Amino acid sequence: MKIHEYQAKEIFARYGIPVPSGGPAFSVEEAVSVAEDLGSYPVVLKVQIHAGGRGKGGGVQLARSRNEVESIASSLLSMNLVTHQTGGRGQPVKRLLVEQGLDLEQELYLSFIPDRSAGKIAIVASDAGGVEIEEVARESPERIVTVHVDPLLGMYPYHSRRVAFGLDLPPEVRKEFLALLGRMYRIFTDHDCSLLEINPLVITPDKRVIALDAKVAFDDNGLVRHQSLAEYRDPDEEDPLERQASEYGLNYIKMEGNVGNMVNGAGLAMATMDLIKQAGAEPANFLDVGGGASAEMVENGFKILLSDDSVRAVLINIFGGILRCDVLARGVVQAAEQVGLNLPVVVRMEGTNVEEGRRILAESGLDLRTAGDVREAAEQIAAIVGGAPGEKA
Amino acid sequence: MSIYVDENTRVVVQGITGREGRFHTRLCLDYGTAVVAGVTPGKGGQEMEGVPVYDTVAGAVEDTGANCSLIFVPPTLAADAILEAADAGIGLAVTITEGIPVLDMLRVKTHLRNSQLRLIGPNCPGIISPGRSKVGIMPGAIHKPGGPIGVISRSGTLTYEVVDQLTKQGIGQSTCLGIGGDPVNGTSFLDALEAFERDPETAGVLIVGEIGGDAEERAAEFAAREMTKPVVGFVAGLTAPPGRRMGHAGAVISGGSGTARSKIEALRENGVTVCEDLGSLGECCAMAFRGVL
Repeated sequence: MKIHEYQAKEIFARYGIPVPSGGPAFSVEEAVSVAEDLGSYPVVLKVQIHAGGRGKGGGVQLARSRNEVESIASSLLSMNLVTHQTGGRGQPVKRLLVEQGLDLEQELYLSFIPDRSAGKIAIVASDAGGVEIEEVARESPERIVTVHVDPLLGMYPYHSRRVAFGLDLPPEVRKEFLALLGRMYRIFTDHDCSLLEINPLVITPDKRVIALDAKVAFDDNGLVRHQSLAEYRDPDEEDPLERQASEYGLNYIKMEGNVGNMVNGAGLAMATMDLIKQAGAEPANFLDVGGGASAEMVENGFKILLSDDSVRAVLINIFGGILRCDVLARGVVQAAEQVGLNLPVVVRMEGTNVEEGRRILAESGLDLRTAGDVREAAEQIAAIVGGAPGEKA
Repeated sequence: MSIYVDENTRVVVQGITGREGRFHTRLCLDYGTAVVAGVTPGKGGQEMEGVPVYDTVAGAVEDTGANCSLIFVPPTLAADAILEAADAGIGLAVTITEGIPVLDMLRVKTHLRNSQLRLIGPNCPGIISPGRSKVGIMPGAIHKPGGPIGVISRSGTLTYEVVDQLTKQGIGQSTCLGIGGDPVNGTSFLDALEAFERDPETAGVLIVGEIGGDAEERAAEFAAREMTKPVVGFVAGLTAPPGRRMGHAGAVISGGSGTARSKIEALRENGVTVCEDLGSLGECCAMAFRGVL
């Protein structure tokens, strides 16, 4: 789960990590009031959306007076910000962060992430802050310092020293920087974080170390231990269909094509999307109804797929194995009747009683076609939709 | 021969009285697996599907000589269950549970470096040596005993699909294991490749990967460096969008790395035969393994 910068900074502040003075604003009036409370200009107005690349997209602006705050806040709060991470439609802006402007002398990069191959927590730091770390890794990997922390022993001072000396920091800020690293580690482990990132972490001319930006994401699997984090959830950042699917306990991701598909198991679902594409059509979604797949799951899956206007046909690929295909077929028919299905559906199912399952589908009176294997299923569905959308058939 | 599980595997099911635990205990018994004990704290002394239930893994091991654990406990209790199995001297823990917090797995994995326990999973279908022992939730009937192909996969139902295709081609399997869809897991592609290379009954290995991480890349380098047996690869997620978690916690393309395309290239560069089309994977294996079948 991702959260907004201002929420991340609230957590930082609670742990004693210095952040610029400021606060969130949901309206122009609130933005003006936060700015006036700061007492001096310039202030910075930052769009609060989860996607990265806000600065380049025009979502971070400097205001030198109350009037400028008013006009900038009003234009930001009415925009759809497009960045390289939002997709073409952009993300509507509903929240701002208003902060004191700062003079800065140096920009650093700092992050904490679980390193899946090392099986440890990695601290990644660089003296090339303010740009994307992937870019630094490509252009000048020698400017990146990585230190691994054993998750059982936790963080020792030497870990922090390796980072600090690795960055060749000015001696005046060293003590503050070391303390900051320890606090970051505590935030990481206290909340089951999957990412803590400060980019840039700035050193001011008077040698203070301040988190100018803050990015925090939590491990979804850990959220059950941290009920209080639920308040940070922002429904505006979630696709409505994806949100509905997650309420049903389904994994759904909207894609650009027109072949709706419903599959049991994430790996098979990805491979099924690939098959649809290889057959010359485009998947409209990723939808994993879970390894088991019950009639109820199939019905909920249908509801999600049919709420997507771009879907022209549906492919169901269920490898039951243990599951009986006659039971599954009855579930599909019942679910199709329940939701008033009026699209062609190709069903590929594997498990015991396959023949009986096919008979049930064929005799249902609905447009339910069966495919013998995955290849046939993909070919049938591609024939129905007539190739990829936008392509000449 | 086979790897990790065979006729001598004696299974204790942790979480045997839960719905999943009980159901799959029955199916493992039906397959012929020696399920010798179950554990549910507080329910010691009961029986489940004819299997004696114990309060602790240590108690179960002492009484029954269990050497392998099959774990179905809920996600936030799973780390505890794995550590309990390790502490009781269990040699192999197969963890089906999905949704274990990453931080828990980092700690468990670190602890297990100094333990004799081999972990398979979590978030996996388990492991089967067809005709010998099934320690997991996979449908036994789709497998063909007698080898000679080993299968390693990061997913569940996709593994069933590829095994089914192998069986329909008349290709038997020595052992099939799911290593799990989580970012931090126990046994890796590399560990299992090493075991299959040593297993005299295995003549070739099929690895089924997906987007996220660099496990396939590491496996590819290992295959080129250490394997004398042919390896075939498949990678799911060519159409997966970057930055989105595709069902499995570990299946995410982040910062442009971990794409299916880059994994396929790494596999090919290291001499692994890659089949990009799931529809013809069985045929592709029949071709690639024809020298060793």
